[in-house]
Amino acid sequence: MRTQPAAVTREHSIELLRGMLLIRRFEEKAAELYQAGKIRGFLHLYIGEEAVAVGAMEAIEPTDAVVTTYRDHGHALARGMPADGLMAEMYGKATGCSRGRGGSMHFFDVSRRFYGGYAIVGGGLPIAAGIGLASKMRGDSDVTACFFGDGAVAEGEFHETLNLASLWHLPVLFLCENNLYAMGTALEKAQSETDIAAKATSYRVPSEVVDGMDVLAVEGATRRAINAVRGGEGPFLLELRTYRFRGHSMADPELYREKSEVERWKERDPITNFQDYLLDRELAAPQDIERMEASVAAEIDDAVKFAEESPWESAEEVTRDVMTP
Amino acid sequence: MTKMTYREAVRSALRSAMRADERVFLMGEDVGRYGGAFAVSHGLLEEFGLERIRDTPLSESTFVGAGIGAAIAGMRPIVEIMTVNFSLLAMDQILNNAATLRYMSGGQISIPMVVRMATGGGRQLAAQHSHSLEVWYAHIPGIRVLTPATVADARGMLLAALQQPDPVFIFEHATLYPMEGEVDESTGPADIDHAAVRRAGDGVTIVTFGGSLPKCLSAGEQLAEAGIEAEVIDLRTLRPLDMPAVLASIEKTHRAVIVDESWRSFGLAAEVSARIMEEGFDLLDAPVSRVCSAEVPMPYARHMEDVALPSVAAVVQAVRELTG
Repeated sequence: MRTQPAAVTREHSIELLRGMLLIRRFEEKAAELYQAGKIRGFLHLYIGEEAVAVGAMEAIEPTDAVVTTYRDHGHALARGMPADGLMAEMYGKATGCSRGRGGSMHFFDVSRRFYGGYAIVGGGLPIAAGIGLASKMRGDSDVTACFFGDGAVAEGEFHETLNLASLWHLPVLFLCENNLYAMGTALEKAQSETDIAAKATSYRVPSEVVDGMDVLAVEGATRRAINAVRGGEGPFLLELRTYRFRGHSMADPELYREKSEVERWKERDPITNFQDYLLDRELAAPQDIERMEASVAAEIDDAVKFAEESPWESAEEVTRDVMTP
Repeated sequence: MTKMTYREAVRSALRSAMRADERVFLMGEDVGRYGGAFAVSHGLLEEFGLERIRDTPLSESTFVGAGIGAAIAGMRPIVEIMTVNFSLLAMDQILNNAATLRYMSGGQISIPMVVRMATGGGRQLAAQHSHSLEVWYAHIPGIRVLTPATVADARGMLLAALQQPDPVFIFEHATLYPMEGEVDESTGPADIDHAAVRRAGDGVTIVTFGGSLPKCLSAGEQLAEAGIEAEVIDLRTLRPLDMPAVLASIEKTHRAVIVDESWRSFGLAAEVSARIMEEGFDLLDAPVSRVCSAEVPMPYARHMEDVALPSVAAVVQAVRELTG
């Protein structure tokens, strides 16, 4: 694994740390609200994987497009979608980022070129290829960043899309978040070849394996990869090795992995380790961290208040937006 | 007016749409150098080049998904799927994405994509190339389903589809491609909201669409010789369904036969029949009758396929039983 750090300035480090902390605290609150029955349906937490979304999104430009999966809270927050619209979406309120039509798994914000969370595993990849095709045909320099998990690599659409993107030289950056489990099935129990980067190579898509617990490594690798894609070199695949600390969803009894394995990975917590790194190098002081915790808590409190106070969409509007009026 | 085949009429629409709007492009299996499995896109590669006439790998799910993505990002893709049986490989993208993203995003996403595919039996291609699955698509909210049955509609309905802000699926019955008709190439998009009366009459209403229309018109001629004037309604669009046109005809005839090449159970004929009952029960003098395909995978042998598909004789017989 290569862990070339990006240029680390104090301001930039604080921004990265805050980005990860916001996701962590937002999701801890979401889990609490789920237990309280305020959030329903499925809730898939990203806790443990924050360095991937935050590091990658630093290198993805606002003009680029983003496609992701049902585990989309981290990507949405890192993209700059306001926490209040996300919280309201999980409440099912009319002020939600998808008008309460999608819930936790389906955040959308077209104004930020955030083209959604897809809950059919692998289903977002062809969409990303198509957005990339539009860029190529128009001749613009935008890249489409497509996040998916290791589970998607077993789907036919992964192979079809890598083939097509490579064949047509599409400006798509594939970001595979390898957290070692497709729901409860370990990678080696589901895939005959567990080297995901090697699969990309077989489609002539260049790839790199990255330590997904290290935000600076993710940012650096994403910057290199996206520059190559933007430079007209065709698609690129990053395999980001990471781990989710919580279950697949809130309903997961976690019978498929040892607690000791989870504990070992928690020692590599992307937030506490990066925080220690910054404190050690005096890029942040303890009071910076305290201030950050307080401002993150205030932002989340505001989001919850916004969601609580927002109106429900009128039931008469149930057929709205099936078709364009 | 120009005399041309149904195949040429689709090509005429493709050509004029691509000349008029540079966002329009065609992709699918063998649409380029091969000229299309049904020769619909023959010659277009030479005029528009490799960027806009794109041969795809055999990856139905991914090239339909790529069409959705391109449409989301502002292009006007036309995706050709070789036959309806192959489209099942793309059903996930069609249902879970094309038909769903607008609603699920609270109205933020628009998908102005047109998907065309060949459908139907009658060419001895057996059970993996011959089914009529239009109704599977017509079941889905969030898309439009068109079934042009005439040469003029083959052109005009495709032009209209390209003006829609939402996904449109066009089913071209494969037996219609060589059919000839008159087309005014100076006309623009056709109406895609209404059914059409293809033969007027007051004895019985025959409701049909797509590849069954020529059979129903032949049945109408035979019935006229026997003194029964059939009114033949071509639905043209299956979703949304133009029920007022169907009911207006039944108001005159009080009898209806629905002719649909898909299987009878849970099909389009069942849906139209149910709506007639819900919306026009008092208009009926007899139960609604259905002529559909036999509930078998399509057989290869000619005589067996003939028996499995709706025939002119079966339509005539159904009308006679209803009016007898």
